[in-house]
Amino acid sequence: MFRFFLSRLALLIPTFIGVSIVAFSFIRLLPGDPIMLLAGERGMTEERYQQLRALYGFDQPLVMQYFTYLTDLLQGDFGTSIVTKRPVLQEFLTLFPATLELSLCAILLAIIVGVPVGIIAAVRRGSWLDQSVMGTALVGYSMPIFWWGLLLIILFSGILQWTPVSGRISLLYYFPSTTGFMLIDSLLSGQDGAFRSAVSHLVLPTVVLATIPLAVIARQTRSAMLEVLGEDYVRTARSKGLPPLRVIGLHALRNALIPVVTTIGLQVGVLLAGAILTETIFSWPGIGKWMVDSVFKRDYAVVQGGLLLIAAIIMIVNLIVDLLYGLINPRIRH
Amino acid sequence: MATTNTKDPNAAVGLEGGTVIAVTRRARLAEFWYYFSQNRGAVIGLYIFAAIVVIAVLAPLIAPHSPSVQNRGAFLLPPAWETAGSWSFILGTDAVGRDLLSRLIYGARFSLFIGVVVVSVAVSVGIIVGLVAGYFRGAIDTVIMRMMDIILAFPSLLLALVLVAILGPGLVNAMIAIALVQQPHYVRLTRAAVMGEKGREYVTAARVAGASNLRLMFKTILPNCTAPLIVQAALSFSTAILDAAALGFLGMGAQPPTPEWGTMLAEAREFILRAWWVVTFPGLAILITVLAINLMGDGLRDALDPKLKRS
Repeated sequence: MFRFFLSRLALLIPTFIGVSIVAFSFIRLLPGDPIMLLAGERGMTEERYQQLRALYGFDQPLVMQYFTYLTDLLQGDFGTSIVTKRPVLQEFLTLFPATLELSLCAILLAIIVGVPVGIIAAVRRGSWLDQSVMGTALVGYSMPIFWWGLLLIILFSGILQWTPVSGRISLLYYFPSTTGFMLIDSLLSGQDGAFRSAVSHLVLPTVVLATIPLAVIARQTRSAMLEVLGEDYVRTARSKGLPPLRVIGLHALRNALIPVVTTIGLQVGVLLAGAILTETIFSWPGIGKWMVDSVFKRDYAVVQGGLLLIAAIIMIVNLIVDLLYGLINPRIRH
Repeated sequence: MATTNTKDPNAAVGLEGGTVIAVTRRARLAEFWYYFSQNRGAVIGLYIFAAIVVIAVLAPLIAPHSPSVQNRGAFLLPPAWETAGSWSFILGTDAVGRDLLSRLIYGARFSLFIGVVVVSVAVSVGIIVGLVAGYFRGAIDTVIMRMMDIILAFPSLLLALVLVAILGPGLVNAMIAIALVQQPHYVRLTRAAVMGEKGREYVTAARVAGASNLRLMFKTILPNCTAPLIVQAALSFSTAILDAAALGFLGMGAQPPTPEWGTMLAEAREFILRAWWVVTFPGLAILITVLAINLMGDGLRDALDPKLKRS
């Protein structure tokens, strides 16, 4: 298992170097002078320009520039925001819990609903239940989530007035952030109604972000389940006279879950891409909205750093999924 | 659709004077249509998609108004069936008095155009790169696959967004960005299929007969790898439409006043609680189009995937 881990880790290194080259090239590919872009200053003197050029290392050869960039990265220096002048990593770490909280809630919702729904559809294959569930899943899979979010806002925030339109918690509440997770922080604060407010802010973004992963997981669970239900060992278990629930829950599900776990792991990229849209619609202060805002504010230092950090997260999660996969499916280890 | 002519599988057999190749091709089409039409959803999807194509092609004839003419005195007019609505603007008007229905009809052109261009670019580049990787293997394969891993390490929409930031916002650049982001999927599929086929006897036979590398790659191997690629093309057609609409929504795709559905949604956002129709209809158009294509994609997979045919 340890060797398996090391081999997977070794595969990550060239990818990470490649990703860092992409991020490194980004600033240099943008139209315009990279120094102006990074400094965000206009109409500077020649002296100031040369000073900045030396500061950012643009007077060095390209290979040296990249080497310096990589060394900085490994020391945790992801650049400095042009707009806020704060380190990119610090901004990222402040905003990331909001995205993580939203994504975790979304993937949990997707799993809790998607897996059972997929199982039921497979067991009742061909029934009206199967057809309507899978029809709904295909609609969910085809959903433009930015529109879906707006529709939910019209219905639940506009007409029914059940949920707030944006943000993470009502402005009435204020408490220091201990964990960065609003649900936990609001509980810890002990303020009356704070938790309720946090939940009501979280519901719609969670539903929107969960839509596509939910549909994908339901479809994948169904097809994995169908495949397993046709296997000999399931027939054996049935003919032994085991109760259907035991056959489905114990014999079939455990094997059907192997591809489902991979599917769930693959949703991380989907979630982070979805977070870009969901956070923009609901003004959710996470990294997705941060990236979009930075593109618009031309804060390219943030875009460069954020791009790398987000790719790193996806790579790490994929590694964990790979390991989990090796753990539940010993055949893959060799 | 050419396939509709071959609904009856026996028609192909009764063909007179046709060459053997024509008969087998017809028979294969008939078989394909047989499996495809087994999936009711896929047939419905096909009809809806065909209707959208017709609407897009005939847009200037069907649209009741020009998509860009601003009608003074008809700002944010609700749909006809609402009390304040008017039958001359069936789905209502937007904030500057443009007819929503006409804009949606013209928008179909953009979405289909985006889908066709993105898929063609991604498929052709992806197939060539994948063929090279799978056929030659070795160092070139490693380099290509590592590059694909790098592209896949980013969330597709984020990478597309950043690429558009580099290239500049606009429909063409958005299409280039989306095609680049989608292309690794074709590379991987082609490579896997080529590696599976390369060791087969018919390939060896062709090589012994003196076929060149290029001929082996494109004439001998490629035609036998098309099934998964066709299914992927259908799926990425819909993803392309969704991503382009998302970029438009974020202000990085087609620019106003282009009647692209995602861009229309972005313009409509500020009226969300005042005029539901300007938000609802463009999104519905995206959903219906994407859903129709995905329904077709499912049917294609059922018809082309021999593993599923058995069941």
